[in-house]
Amino acid sequence: MKGIELKNVSYQYPLSEAFALKNIHYTFEKGKFYGIIGPNSAGKTTLCNLVRGLIPHFYEGELSGDVLIEGKDVREWDGSLLSTKIGYIFQNPFTQISGVKDTVLEEIALGLENLGIDKEEMIERVINVVKLLKIEDLIKKNPNNLSGGQRQRVAFASIIAMDNDILVIDEPTSQLDPESTADIFEIINMLKSQGKTILLVEHKVDLIAEYSDEVLVMENGHIAYSGTPSDVFSNIELIDRGVAIPQAALLSHDLQRQNKPFDFITITNEQAKQQIMKRMSCVNGSY
Amino acid sequence: MGAIELKNVTFAYPNGFIANENLTLSINSGERVAIVGQNGAGKTTAVKLMNGLNKPTKGNVFINGMNTKDKTTAQISSYVGYVFQNPDDQIFNSNVKKEIEYMLRYLKLDEKEIERRVGRAVELTGIQDFLHMNPYDVPYSTRKFISIAAILAIETPYIILDEPTAGQDMSGIKALTTLMNVLQDEGKSVITITHDMEFVSDNFSRVVAMANKQIIADGTARKIFWNHDVVKQAKIKKPQIGELASDLGLSEDIILRKELVDLLINKY
Repeated sequence: MKGIELKNVSYQYPLSEAFALKNIHYTFEKGKFYGIIGPNSAGKTTLCNLVRGLIPHFYEGELSGDVLIEGKDVREWDGSLLSTKIGYIFQNPFTQISGVKDTVLEEIALGLENLGIDKEEMIERVINVVKLLKIEDLIKKNPNNLSGGQRQRVAFASIIAMDNDILVIDEPTSQLDPESTADIFEIINMLKSQGKTILLVEHKVDLIAEYSDEVLVMENGHIAYSGTPSDVFSNIELIDRGVAIPQAALLSHDLQRQNKPFDFITITNEQAKQQIMKRMSCVNGSY
Repeated sequence: MGAIELKNVTFAYPNGFIANENLTLSINSGERVAIVGQNGAGKTTAVKLMNGLNKPTKGNVFINGMNTKDKTTAQISSYVGYVFQNPDDQIFNSNVKKEIEYMLRYLKLDEKEIERRVGRAVELTGIQDFLHMNPYDVPYSTRKFISIAAILAIETPYIILDEPTAGQDMSGIKALTTLMNVLQDEGKSVITITHDMEFVSDNFSRVVAMANKQIIADGTARKIFWNHDVVKQAKIKKPQIGELASDLGLSEDIILRKELVDLLINKY
């Protein structure tokens, strides 16, 4: 089922002659996990702003083509109603924290308060999300006194609490330690299993390869490649174009270059592991 | 004595919250050190002790033998340059060039020297195209390079980069690598906080792991990544290739792709 349809969409920011997005034609289906990758300034965050309705509701500028959210043109959506449909986790956690609340607990509840959710449900949702993100020990702290990574988790929590159908997530792990990063991907995967549609901008391609259903590679405002993680990441062209690919794929390419290729271009550690084990058992005679 | 020396340093914020406990660390001139560890472990607090932004509650910090307690932060910052984690905490000028020149003008350098230093810092960070823009009109990842350029221009012998890899794409990571190589060739010490384990294994021979306000390990990248307890406690991970080698039960302590490729070519 179609969640977000982009039909020939182009966009220029106000006072800018360059196109931030150019001729984007793509359909995001409901319940799928989309990984959006590509160099900085390629238009990833602008794409997020677009599907979240911040373009054209907040950012002015020139928008052409059609953006349909659940079949309805984004221009016709009421901005605040759209924010209950689509949750947006900003790239910079320092931007997302409201700065007006004295405790993390209140910060997470802020969005729910604004929706007019009743108190009991609000408390229940906040407690659940606090547990999910393992931030129990932060709830009484002032959000302004948190470290970058802690802020990022709180920002994430405050959006999860809103229980939106579609989540647009812009580099949620940029400030996180590796273990917390793995936790966040697990949580996003769990949200997907609840039927939510996920659009995730990330530079950590190893994790994108492992979790996403579809990968979009953006370049100069357009979608340069799209497809399943295997389709996209096995393409060696990406490296020349300055796009990172998973370590497992790099390993495959290295071995291919030395005439000892795997059976196929592996894109996850699990695939590489299977291929190497097969080779080891051949050598050890048990295969 | 090392160029940067922390001796049994404890640091508590004015509200009594202890952020660092009993840190002892010695970093030499020209050395490159990565600081890794979980969020909230005290990494940023620790590096702020090195440039005098934080002064020890207990213990002492010495920079070139000077006790930071006896010096102002301004005095220390001409030896130790600190690039903030969040560039927005650092940048305050309305134009990129002015931002980079700001400290140089404060130091009352002559115009020619200012021009030379700005030129070099801009070249090293690759921000030529943004010089006449407002720093807040450029992407976050570029803003990070602006904040790096502003510190490089001061030409301190020791440089601290706080999470420079956050939000960087492949070309950004490459630019950081080149930048660190140039600084090392010039004999400068570079201390980098990062969560990017590939960046650590590719670029750092020495790694300091922190957990729960303390330094829990200090050694080669290989030693740190293959120490199960340290990895677990500091909430870090082996680089992907190390994970793979470990999953395969290889005992060779592999952390680099090249090492795994060589092993596979030669043995399997």
